[in-house]
Amino acid sequence: MDETLKELGDYIAASRGEAILGYEVAYGELNVRVAHDAIADVVAWLAKDPKGGFVSLVDVCGADYPEREKRFDVVYHLLSPARNLRIRLTIQTDDVTPVPSITPILPGANWFEREAYDLYGILFVGHPDLRRLLTDYGFEGHPLRKDFPVTGYVEVRYDDEQKRVVYEPVRLNQEFRDFDFLSPWEGTDYVLPGDEKAKAETKPS
Amino acid sequence: MTEAQLRTFNINFGPQHPAAHGVLRLVVELDGEVVERVDPHIGLLHRGTEKLIEQKTYLQAVPYFDRLDYVAPMNQEHAFALAVERLLGIEVPKRGQLIRVLYSEIGRLLSHILNVTTWALDVGALTPPVWGFEEREKLMIFYERASGSRMHAAYVRPGGVHQDIPQKLVEDIGDFCDGCLRQLDDLDRLVTGNRIFKQRNVDIGVISLEEAWKWGYSGVMVRSAGAAWDLRRAQPYECYSELDFDIPVGTHGDCYDRYLVRMAEMRESIKIMRQVVKRLLTTEASGPVSSTDGKVVPPKRGEMKRSMEALIHHFKLYTEGYHVPAGEVYAAVEAPKGEFGVYLVSDGTNKPYRCKIRAPGFAHLQSMDHLCRGHMLADVSAILGSLDIVFGEVDR
Repeated sequence: MDETLKELGDYIAASRGEAILGYEVAYGELNVRVAHDAIADVVAWLAKDPKGGFVSLVDVCGADYPEREKRFDVVYHLLSPARNLRIRLTIQTDDVTPVPSITPILPGANWFEREAYDLYGILFVGHPDLRRLLTDYGFEGHPLRKDFPVTGYVEVRYDDEQKRVVYEPVRLNQEFRDFDFLSPWEGTDYVLPGDEKAKAETKPS
Repeated sequence: MTEAQLRTFNINFGPQHPAAHGVLRLVVELDGEVVERVDPHIGLLHRGTEKLIEQKTYLQAVPYFDRLDYVAPMNQEHAFALAVERLLGIEVPKRGQLIRVLYSEIGRLLSHILNVTTWALDVGALTPPVWGFEEREKLMIFYERASGSRMHAAYVRPGGVHQDIPQKLVEDIGDFCDGCLRQLDDLDRLVTGNRIFKQRNVDIGVISLEEAWKWGYSGVMVRSAGAAWDLRRAQPYECYSELDFDIPVGTHGDCYDRYLVRMAEMRESIKIMRQVVKRLLTTEASGPVSSTDGKVVPPKRGEMKRSMEALIHHFKLYTEGYHVPAGEVYAAVEAPKGEFGVYLVSDGTNKPYRCKIRAPGFAHLQSMDHLCRGHMLADVSAILGSLDIVFGEVDR
């Protein structure tokens, strides 16, 4: 399985030249990094090429890495039913650089791209109808970004006096609890302050 | 005098409409009774599952998957468990795999019975849901007997399943299979040849195979269009490769074929359940149901009373949880509604960095406009029924 994927990766990298930034096979999956402005061409080519046959769109989604210069990943999962293979294409972008939409090639990408726009603020150029999808009408912000708080900014309630639903800033009765779990489980040196001196003293003698 | 001014109607189908199968708002543009455009507005049940999962440990994320497609909860958990297991590199023991398969097929029955019968209700038949829900009730009791909960089971966990099931339960599931087949035959006689059901569904919402792939279809939707594509066969997970079952395939890609494929699939599910029950009672009658890796799977109660190490493991696993090595995987299962996938990115901590849930219903629902264009208004509810959508998973 891994050999087939490697072969396919080599073939893609050789045929598409500069559009492919690199590829790796990990956990039995092929992951191809693509230049962000070439994604639509690569997807169209993968669907047409007889060695690929990636005619089925599985998923398009965003991912946020705020510490990077280009903070967003857009991840495409494609499926080739003829060859029974999956492929993952990854491109990098930021919140102002638009990505070519693949909706004209694979119409199934329509809502997936709308979702990525809605939740991350990734812009797609050439998309027929880039509106918000999952969030409320008139929602502001992009909730799946790492800098967006889990509790959000506004909450809604029905106001009996105004006879309508009103938006108010979120009020938490208890602060949001986020525990630090990065303390090590086992296999670390628990250094007691001053302990190293004892070792240093015993060694010479 | 100019020609009579043409005027299209805009109507709102939902958000509260019994045939919308949940909270779906369809803005339908009509020319007389012919649908010109459908604009589905979703997100009314959006709960931010993906965001919440990023805040939880891997074990705490499991129950969120029950609440996606709440008609067949364990199939979703299964996809998540497969993704985590692949990152951790752990194997599930055979008995655990068989129990997972057994409950996945129960989930398939639960979902298909609900879909077929309520869809019949949408197009005017009142009896099928009453008959079908009786079977669903029995299946939900099997869920309860294994996990303690009728729907939100949290039973399939990374590493295996939560608890072993008693022999009596396996025997009862075996006995259930015959009765369920009889019920399916009754349902068949009631609906399959029914003139009204056929008039409402034959040649409605036709899609070709090529288009079906492009639109991201999976599961029953591609099979009804003529592809023998089933992840249980094509990319087998668990022990599906050792089991004998057929893949029903349609030819026309219309609503009626989808119905026929679902009916045939239920019989195949029962076939699989029978084989699994047999193996659970004979060759795999005992043995571990989840991985024996103490760093991932919590110890049993009894062990904790005697072993200090087990007690420590229990404490650490239920507070901090396990750390998953960095990497990204995409794991998919053949859920009743299609390919349910989980794209999991781990950064090496005890919480997922990103967990994208790929729901089959989401991909199917977006093609409503494509499927409904040129059909009559009454066909909208038939097509919607045939897509088999549940808003828990569409909106996430």
